[in-house]
Amino acid sequence: MIIDNFQHKQSAHCESGVTLGLLRHYGIELSEPLIFGIGAGYFFGHLPFIKVSGVPGTTFRIWPGYIFKRVCKELGVKMKVVSFSKNEKGMQALDQALESGLPVGMQTSVFYLSYFPPAYRFHFNGHNLIAYGKEGSEYLISDPVMETVTRLSAADLEKARFAKGFPAPNGRMYYPVQTKTDFDLPGAIRRGIKKTCWFMLSPPPPFFGVHGIKFLGRKIKKYPVKLEPRKATLFIGNIIRMQEEIGTGGGGFRFLYAAFLQEAAQHLNNPALLEASKEMTSIGDAWRSFAFAAARVMKERSGNLSSYDELGEMLIQLGEREKVFFTHLKTLV
Amino acid sequence: MKKEEVPHDKKIIHGEDNSLVKVLYVTNQQGEYETTQYEGWEAENLAMSQAWDDIDEKVTQTLQRVKDGELSPIAYFMEKNLMDLPTLSNYVGSWKFFVKKHLTPAGFKKLSPKKLQRYASVFNISVEELKHFNG
Repeated sequence: MIIDNFQHKQSAHCESGVTLGLLRHYGIELSEPLIFGIGAGYFFGHLPFIKVSGVPGTTFRIWPGYIFKRVCKELGVKMKVVSFSKNEKGMQALDQALESGLPVGMQTSVFYLSYFPPAYRFHFNGHNLIAYGKEGSEYLISDPVMETVTRLSAADLEKARFAKGFPAPNGRMYYPVQTKTDFDLPGAIRRGIKKTCWFMLSPPPPFFGVHGIKFLGRKIKKYPVKLEPRKATLFIGNIIRMQEEIGTGGGGFRFLYAAFLQEAAQHLNNPALLEASKEMTSIGDAWRSFAFAAARVMKERSGNLSSYDELGEMLIQLGEREKVFFTHLKTLV
Repeated sequence: MKKEEVPHDKKIIHGEDNSLVKVLYVTNQQGEYETTQYEGWEAENLAMSQAWDDIDEKVTQTLQRVKDGELSPIAYFMEKNLMDLPTLSNYVGSWKFFVKKHLTPAGFKKLSPKKLQRYASVFNISVEELKHFNG
């Protein structure tokens, strides 16, 4: 059973990519930047007390599921979303949906996705992919971060869908049941931008938005004093990974957002957004410079006070730049 | 980032190529955004190999402690599967308090065949491999 008119498209990020793939199947053609922007995916957060294998959590995006939910709401797409307490029921429901010719989005754990290179396979439970068919005991998978479509054994997919830990996927699967084509795209774009401005500027200090960036900067300055050198480099390394490795389109989603602003300028007929896009590109470049400098510090393993001080300072400046940026962006829409 | 500045550094981890072709958003010569593909960047490769070095070291240390009789094989397989105590206890469906006991050789000996089976299937190995583990 194969849904043969399903088209795979590689994306930078899994959640915007799955949203794109599912909507496209129903004739809603939106680019990944538009989905990311309308879904208000841009964010920053640093939570030193939430540790993943001993390393404090840093995020460059909004919480999992938000982009998807928001885009569907804005475009008037009705989604069926189900979770399961029993593995068998979850796999049966998937087969039934595929039988009816529906491509199905699912939340999975990367650890069990055997088509990834081994070094990528951590217990990350927030990964999204699409199944678009089944042949024998293998599912046909369109994983948006992969270059091409791939296959996964039923046993592996079941493990990935029913992985334990946080956030437990519980077999979560979703597919559109109703779509329309007469949605208000300019309005959706405008509201997406406003929401992101709010997320970046309004949360009270210190953990989120522009405050969060500066907060992390101040923390990094203290790393060589508070942590043993090995731990300090692990903490720094994790920021780089969250920023570059996990499918962000580069610079912790900043380039993806700049691409969105460029498209938004056209749809809203607002050239000021083109200027904003340029500034966002330059902010993304500054994040890349930060990652480059951080990698150098990691390599030296020096625990050198002044190098950590420099890194911290870079982030404090980035926090200030993003603050100015979003305060201005808010006035443009 | 400009398209011509995109790095192409292969990701070599554990002596093997672990590169994944990913999408990057870049500007072309007219300053317009487009996508391009890349396999890795020195900075992110370094961060990832460092994370694995840390895991490998933990696994080796735990293995030694299992051999020295301080910990049970479950402790080794837990590290090997990149799990921590809360994750493992979620997988086997027992309280952390009990799982902690099973990490000790004494607690491991008392495990029922059913529980052993449960652990073995979580680690994707046979009960024999778990029971008669000798590194």
